[in-house]
Order: sequence, then C-alpha cells, then structure tokens
Amino acid sequence: MAELDLKDIIAEENVVYKKTKVLTDKPMHYCPGCGHSTLHRIIAEVIEEMGIQEKTIGIAPVGCAVFMYDYIDVDSQEAAHGRAPALATAIKRLLPDRYVFTYQGDGDLAAIGTAETIHACNRGENITMFFVNNGIYGMTGGQMAPTTLEGMRTSTTPYGRDYHLMGHPIKMTDLVAQLPGTYYVTRQAVHTPNYVRKTKKAVRKAFEYQALGKGVSFVEVVSNCNSGWKMPPVQAVKWLDENMLPYYPLGDIKVPQD
Amino acid sequence: MDEEYVLMKGNEALAEAAIRAGVDGYFGYPITPQSEVMEYLTAAKPWERTGMVVFQAESEVAAINMLYGGAGAGKKVMTSSSSPGISLMQEGLSYIAGAELPVVVVNVVRGGPGLGTIQPSQSDYFQATKGGGHGDYHLLVLAPSSVQEMADFIEDAFELAFKYRNPVMILSDGAIGQMMEKVKFKPQKTRRSDDELPGWATTGKTPDRERNIITSLDLDPYRQERFNIHLQEKYRKMEAEEVRYETFRTEDAEYLLVAYGTSSRICQKSVQLAREEGIKVGLLRPITLYPFPKEPVAQLATQVKGMLSVEMSAGQMVEDVRLAANGRIPVEHFGRMGGVIPAPEEIVEALKQKIIGG
Amino acid sequence: MAKVKGAIVVDTERCKGCELCVISCPTQVIAMSRKVNSKGYHYAYMENPDACNGCTNCAIVCPDGVITVYRKKIVTTEI
Repeated sequence: MAELDLKDIIAEENVVYKKTKVLTDKPMHYCPGCGHSTLHRIIAEVIEEMGIQEKTIGIAPVGCAVFMYDYIDVDSQEAAHGRAPALATAIKRLLPDRYVFTYQGDGDLAAIGTAETIHACNRGENITMFFVNNGIYGMTGGQMAPTTLEGMRTSTTPYGRDYHLMGHPIKMTDLVAQLPGTYYVTRQAVHTPNYVRKTKKAVRKAFEYQALGKGVSFVEVVSNCNSGWKMPPVQAVKWLDENMLPYYPLGDIKVPQD
Repeated sequence: MDEEYVLMKGNEALAEAAIRAGVDGYFGYPITPQSEVMEYLTAAKPWERTGMVVFQAESEVAAINMLYGGAGAGKKVMTSSSSPGISLMQEGLSYIAGAELPVVVVNVVRGGPGLGTIQPSQSDYFQATKGGGHGDYHLLVLAPSSVQEMADFIEDAFELAFKYRNPVMILSDGAIGQMMEKVKFKPQKTRRSDDELPGWATTGKTPDRERNIITSLDLDPYRQERFNIHLQEKYRKMEAEEVRYETFRTEDAEYLLVAYGTSSRICQKSVQLAREEGIKVGLLRPITLYPFPKEPVAQLATQVKGMLSVEMSAGQMVEDVRLAANGRIPVEHFGRMGGVIPAPEEIVEALKQKIIGG
Repeated sequence: MAKVKGAIVVDTERCKGCELCVISCPTQVIAMSRKVNSKGYHYAYMENPDACNGCTNCAIVCPDGVITVYRKKIVTTEI
C-alpha cells in the first residue's frame, strides 16, 4: 500500500472540524488553556448549528469574559457586575422571539449578582444562563471567589480558605435547581474532549429549551484558572479533576419532566 | 378620557401618560412616595392596551439594569423611584450614560440623607444634575411643577433621551407625586414595532450588518478620552439647544426668586405677597435643571439687585445660580429641609432679611 | 479493507501552547514545537502524522479553536 500523502488528506472536502464562523477571527485574550475560550467556542458552534445567529442576543459579564462580545459574533450587551440576568430579563420580555443568553463567572453570578441570579431563576425567565465556575477571581488577579474550595490558596486567602472566617464554597447550581422557575439545570466541564462533547449537547439543549418558554436553562461549567491557580494548563486540569469535581460533581441536576 | 380634564395624583398621571406615550416597558420597585406609579400601571393593564411590559423588579439595582437591557434593545423603557432607590440606581445610570442608552428615570424626591423621611424634598439636586454615579457624565434633568407636567414631560423626556442617546431624569418630589390636580392627556400613541427600532440596538445580527455591541468599556485610554470628549460635546449641545425655563413677573423686578418644582409654586404666592407690600419681586423657574438656564439668570443679574434661590434643601441649586450671576449681585439661599415645605410668608421674610436688608 | 487517515493543521500564530491537545490525542500524534510563534508560545504540531486518524479530540478540546482536522477514508486492496 502506498502511503497517502498529507496533501491528499488536507483538502477542503476532507474537513471534519474547523473553527465556526460565529466565532470572530480576533484572538481571544484568555490565558493558554482557559475554559472560557472553550465555552465561547462551544456556544458559537451551537448558535451556528442551530442557525440562530440573527435571533441571538448575548450578555457579557464583568470579569475575564467581559470581552465575550469581541469573540462571539452576535448582538451583545455588556452588563454591570452581576446584573446580566436583569438585562436579559428585560430584553427577553421586550423581544420574546429572540434567544437571549447570559454568560457569567463565579464572582459575577454567585457573589455580587446573587439577587439577580436567584430572582431571574425563580421567575422562570425564558433565558439561557451560562455560569463558569473556576473557584477564583481571574480578572482582578486571583482573589477568593464564593466558590473557592476550602483550603484553597488565593491572593486574599494566602493561607487557604478557612470556612470559619470565609464561609463555605457556594453551590449555586444546586441552589437554583431548587427553584420552580428553572427548567434545565446541569453542571459540565470543558477540559477533556469527552467533557466538551457533553457540554456541547447541554448548551444545545439549553438553547432549544429556551424556545419552549418553560423557564431558565442553566449550565454551569466547572473550569480552570491557570493563572489564578498558578499552575500550567496540564497540571491545572489534573488539579480540577482531583479537587474541583469531587465538590462540584458533573451531570444533570434538573432535567425537564415533560 | 381623551380631551377631558380628569382629577389625578401626579404619580398616577405620570403612569397614564407613559402608557399613552407608547412606552415599551416600565421596570420598577416600590418606594414611598412614588409607589402609585406601578400600582396604577399594574391596575391599568397596559399590556392589553398597547403591549407595554410592566415589571416589578427584585430591587432598584435590578430595575435600572433592566432599563439598560431594554434600552440596549432599542425599546422605550423607564423606571420611577424615590431618593434612596435612586441612590441604588446610580451605578446603573453611570453605565447607561457610558453606553449612551436612552432611558427615562423619574425621581419623586423625599428627604434624606439615608432613609430620611417620606415627605417631599429637593435635596437630590446635586445627585441629579452633577452626574450622580462615577465618571464624567450628566443626565438631562426635567423638573415638573404640576400634575399636568408630570404627564407632559414623559413624552418630552423620551424625545430628548433618544435625540441624545442619553438618560433623562424627571426630578419631581413627594408633593407633586402625591397631590391631585386636573390633568388632560394626549391621545394614545402607537408603540414602535420591532422593525422601527434604532439601527444601533441589539435586536439580532442580520447578515447585512456588523454585530451591535452595547458597552461602556474601552480600555484604550486615547479612545476612552475621545469617547469622553464626544460625551462633553453632547452636553454642550444640550446646553445650547435644550434649556427650558419660565419667568413670572420679572419685567419690572428688582429682586428675583429662583425656584423649581414645588418651591416654584410656593414662590409664585411669595411674589404676590411681596408685591402687595410694594416689593418688586419676580420668579425664574428652571424647567431643565441640567442644562441649567445660565443665560437667563445672567441676564437678570444685570437687572435685579439680588437673588434668592428657594429650595427644599440646604442649598444646592444656589451654586448654579451663583455661577450664572457670577458675582454681579448677592445670591443667597433659603430653604427648609427634612420634608418641611416652606410657607410663602417665610420666603418673603427670608428675601427681606437675606437680600433686601442685607 | 477501509482505513481512515487523518491530519491536523494548526494555526500556529493563534496557538497558545496550552498542550491540552497533546494530552487529549489518543494516538500520540501531537507534540509542542521547539520553535515559538510571534507571541512567544511553543505551538502544537504533528510529530507523528502517520498515527493521526482524524478523531477531532485535539480540535474539540482546543480552547482557541486553532486546529482544523481532516479525515479521509482509504480503500486498500489486500494482496
């Protein structure tokens, strides 16, 4: 058998994966190996595959993902810290046939924006909420997040998070699953190919369910913050597997009953 | 109800006028003394009349950010609150000014600081006219002095908000919000359809255009400075084109009262009382507090011997009056605080003591 | 019998060298280049191209979407 020349394989008709057009060509500012980039890409892929680019409005948070609007090629608004669900509430109620999604980190969604999160979920706004939980404040330089694990060192818990002083890491996703207004609640990850495949399915469902008008679809992504954790990416994903996932186990927390 | 006068509270008139102005969404949170706005709206069911969204938010913080979202989608959205609630909205207002979004915010002012009192006051003048939140920005501020103006200013406020892509505040107070007067409404306007929304709005990126982005963020200092210069140019344009005021018996006036809102109504009576005593007093009533009517005040400073700024506060607008008078004549302040409304006689007495006798 | 051959093309300028593709490749195709791109990152490349079956794992896990994957089915005749 003659060895196939690479040139014969690398041809347009043989493409099985390439970057979606809904992701812009601007290089993402995220650190190497950051889960934000991966989730941006997954959301963009789902928007392209569902053909909903013209009908989608994204809400960016304050934090590392503040520039989401530079990368996902949809009409976008940049919210004040924690207020993305309030923006989304108004947009969806004023333009009910659009797909509206929020994208927030742990500080944004689970600390400063707790009220907006809880009430948007409790009201059952017909929006899709993405929650990236990397257990730390990335943008401001690695301070403690509400989701920081016990004992975890951050720049404001240099001796490790002590729950006597700082309380326990909050499981926001389990909390919102208790609320009648959430329709689909799931916790996923993006640091291995298999997790990415599962997350993509979850993201797709989260958008599809929005069209049913039955309430909030909520997707948490447990992610890594290599710079904040002060680890190279490969070590960080290992640490994520060994430390984050036991406390924040992956899987569906609330699945539609009807 | 068209063409007929009806008797209504200021807060209710404002609510009815909002429905008739074709407002797309009201987002609010109850607070005394403006709670009648949302109570009227929820009872009137405008969603059946015009499709208007009426929404009770979980906080004023959420409400102002709902305005950000709704205005970013090109919709005519408004809120109303009273002083403590407006303080909570300042962060959102700064973002709205920074993202150049047209919204209308009504402040039915009560006395402060802190929880203060539920009685009327005018002690939020600085907050309303000088920015309020962080950064170099201004709201365009309209001050109604009657129930009729509570109704009329809604449409004006939205026109200005969209003309300048800038937040507009209607700075009322607990007296105007709570009192009942006759009011005549304009006919119902049709709400804009989704096809008529402005081109900059986030309505969904169509293939014929780039995506629209609503943001107040630009980390590049030179671009951020250019944006700030653009904002300042907008404010200069407002100062040139949007100043509104009224005068009352200023033609032969030797002394001038300057007052807005509730105080301006009381001052009309004071003018009358003073003139009965042979003191030629006139009144200038700023209708736009920002932009402040500097020119007319400066003009009158060449005519009168002194000015008294009458406000239900410790003296806030008096600073703008002094700047406009520019040292030509004495300018003093008289006011009551904490929810106390001054009597016309007190004002005449203050004029005599602080200006005429001074 | 049919055999599947794959190949990847890395947008080396956009690669940030995180190595998640390296640990995700089931056939150990990918390694990091000794060279760096203009941002100073070592970038991923096919060190062992013959082993690539075009499974897309590397591209799917790549945060920045810099990997394009190609796959071709080759029919060979056994002698």
